[in-house]
Amino acid sequence: MSESTVESPARGKRVLSEGKKAERRLGLWLCAPAAIVMIAVTGYPVIYSIWLSLQRYDLRFPGQREFVGLTNYITVLSNSYWWTAFGVTALITVISVAVELVLGMALALVMHRTLVARGLIRTVALIPYGIVTVVAAYSWRYAWDDNTGYLAQLFAPGEAPLTHRASALSIIILAEVWKTVPFMALLLMAGLALVPEDLLKAASMDGASGWQRFTKVILPVMKPAILVALLFRTLDAFRIFDNIFVLTSGAQETGSVSMQTYNNLIRGLNLGVGSTMSVLIFIAVAIIAFVFVKVFGAAAPGNDGGKR
Amino acid sequence: MAEIVLDKVTKRYPDGALAVSDMDITIADGEFIILVGPSGCGKSTTLNMIAGLEDITEGELRIDGQRVNERAPKDRDIAMVFQSYALYPHMSVRENMAFPLRLAHVDKATVTRKVEEAARVLDLTQHLDRKPGNLSGGQRQRVAMGRAIVRDPKAFLMDEPLSNLDAKLRVQMRTSVAKLQRRLGTTTVYVTHDQTEAMTLGDRVVVMRGGLVQQIGSPQSLYDQPANLFVAGFIGSPSMNFLPATLADGSLRTSLGTFPLTDRVRTLAEAASAPRDVIVGLRPEHFEDAALLDQTERARGGVFTAPVEVLESMGSDKYAYFTVEGASAAELDELAAETGAADLADAGSQLVTRLSAASEARLGQDLEIWFDPDKLHLFDPHNGRTLTYVK
Repeated sequence: MSESTVESPARGKRVLSEGKKAERRLGLWLCAPAAIVMIAVTGYPVIYSIWLSLQRYDLRFPGQREFVGLTNYITVLSNSYWWTAFGVTALITVISVAVELVLGMALALVMHRTLVARGLIRTVALIPYGIVTVVAAYSWRYAWDDNTGYLAQLFAPGEAPLTHRASALSIIILAEVWKTVPFMALLLMAGLALVPEDLLKAASMDGASGWQRFTKVILPVMKPAILVALLFRTLDAFRIFDNIFVLTSGAQETGSVSMQTYNNLIRGLNLGVGSTMSVLIFIAVAIIAFVFVKVFGAAAPGNDGGKR
Repeated sequence: MAEIVLDKVTKRYPDGALAVSDMDITIADGEFIILVGPSGCGKSTTLNMIAGLEDITEGELRIDGQRVNERAPKDRDIAMVFQSYALYPHMSVRENMAFPLRLAHVDKATVTRKVEEAARVLDLTQHLDRKPGNLSGGQRQRVAMGRAIVRDPKAFLMDEPLSNLDAKLRVQMRTSVAKLQRRLGTTTVYVTHDQTEAMTLGDRVVVMRGGLVQQIGSPQSLYDQPANLFVAGFIGSPSMNFLPATLADGSLRTSLGTFPLTDRVRTLAEAASAPRDVIVGLRPEHFEDAALLDQTERARGGVFTAPVEVLESMGSDKYAYFTVEGASAAELDELAAETGAADLADAGSQLVTRLSAASEARLGQDLEIWFDPDKLHLFDPHNGRTLTYVK
């Protein structure tokens, strides 16, 4: 590192010494096994599904398999079911991530500030995240069931909340939020730990109230951590499947894009259209990641100056 | 600007640990006062209590005659400079300095004027739009000072503000802090563990140890009249030499020899009803190479001969180190451990002397050393208190 900074930038990397070159080669060799495994297990399926998405390929009519170019994409993107599912997914993603951020931040502050029984509180807070999603989803389903559900009887007696679109979507979001707030809180707590205690002391000396310390010092300083947490959660929420699968199976137009993909690919055995949908999800996720990293990330403190 | 009064202020942590005990100080309006002591002596806790960052367990803190124990830091109108500078990394220098003013809802024009004024005083004008991350240590320190001075607070609290700077810059900043304080005339409480800073900066110095105030006084009075062994050993660099001794028949028996007491010392020791066993304290500058003195001067003091162990030539003078045989008192060992001089206190105790540059002392050779017996301090070995205090 230090040697390359000494060199004049004009000559750049060309003037690496023999030792440096050997070190680079060794580095590449050491990375190679991991890189090959990565390509085998992720690269191949991605490319294969892109290849499938360009074909008419329905396992019920294997004889009709042929290369159709972008026809599948036109079919999917001009279909109202896809866009309904896309809207549902976007709605669930935005609302659940927003609620998770607020609740997660509150929980993180509590966990960060608490002095007594710190370990116990952190463990208890993490329980929802430790429960298998499908198991938790079933318990939510029974809780909101119109016959047996204690929550259904409490909030909507005589009705079946899971069979109405608005209430079903709310319950899906609730289940998502309940499951991932602890994860959000953990990520945010790591960010909170990065805010130096002296900074908060200085802010109180400068005359900041508790809320001002939070908005003007804590939030800006931990912005990188918040962005990382949001990125993880947005990507995760966009791929929502298990909660919907268990709670409504996508009935009453509550299915997400992942549900649609599952229905076409696994239930419908339509490899072409199903693969097209999974490629579209892949593209959507890539766009979300790109926006977070390039648009928000570039403005994060610590990245602009480089050193802090 | 304000007078700060600590009235029997005590800090006890929930686990029962006593951090500060019965602290009584009246800090006059415009005074520059230094809290100094080894780490863990309670000086930072005291500062945090004045700031309001830590609760006061007992006693009363008054600023301008008003009890402020229960007031939040933001309502005390005090500015603080932290050792880590605590600059907001997401704000530019300008925004950092404007932060306290913006929180106080000062109008924009005044904020700009005050920030620019402070930047001019601190020589930060060309850095106003940079982020703290891109500044050097000294510049960050000045921004921290700037953030404190923009709002004309009642008092400044400084928690080791120069400790993170390199030695040369620290000396420069020391003078500029002193100048700035004189110019603004704002009451300042300054915490440091560095006795040189304490001696050079303050109007008055408070020496603390283990949560207790040891002595309060001007730097010179602490140096000339240390109240106890701790203050004597802590103030002054290199520190005072201590030797166990016995008082008998108006003379002092030490491992260096037996020397008669001067009238001044004898009167003081008698007034303090000194015990038989005492500890003698002698500052390095009260020694001299006997060869450089004329007969009358030489006869006035005590002379002993010892081999030079280490010789450091500083140009202006020479430091010669000797090892003195003989048991050292328990109190001295404890003191050495606390002041961080533990590594010096092996087998015998070490004697540091400051000789004039003309001395022809040679390493490893015997040297005749003279000392001024009128300047010596006597301490009680049991409680460490001085026996030669001039009222």
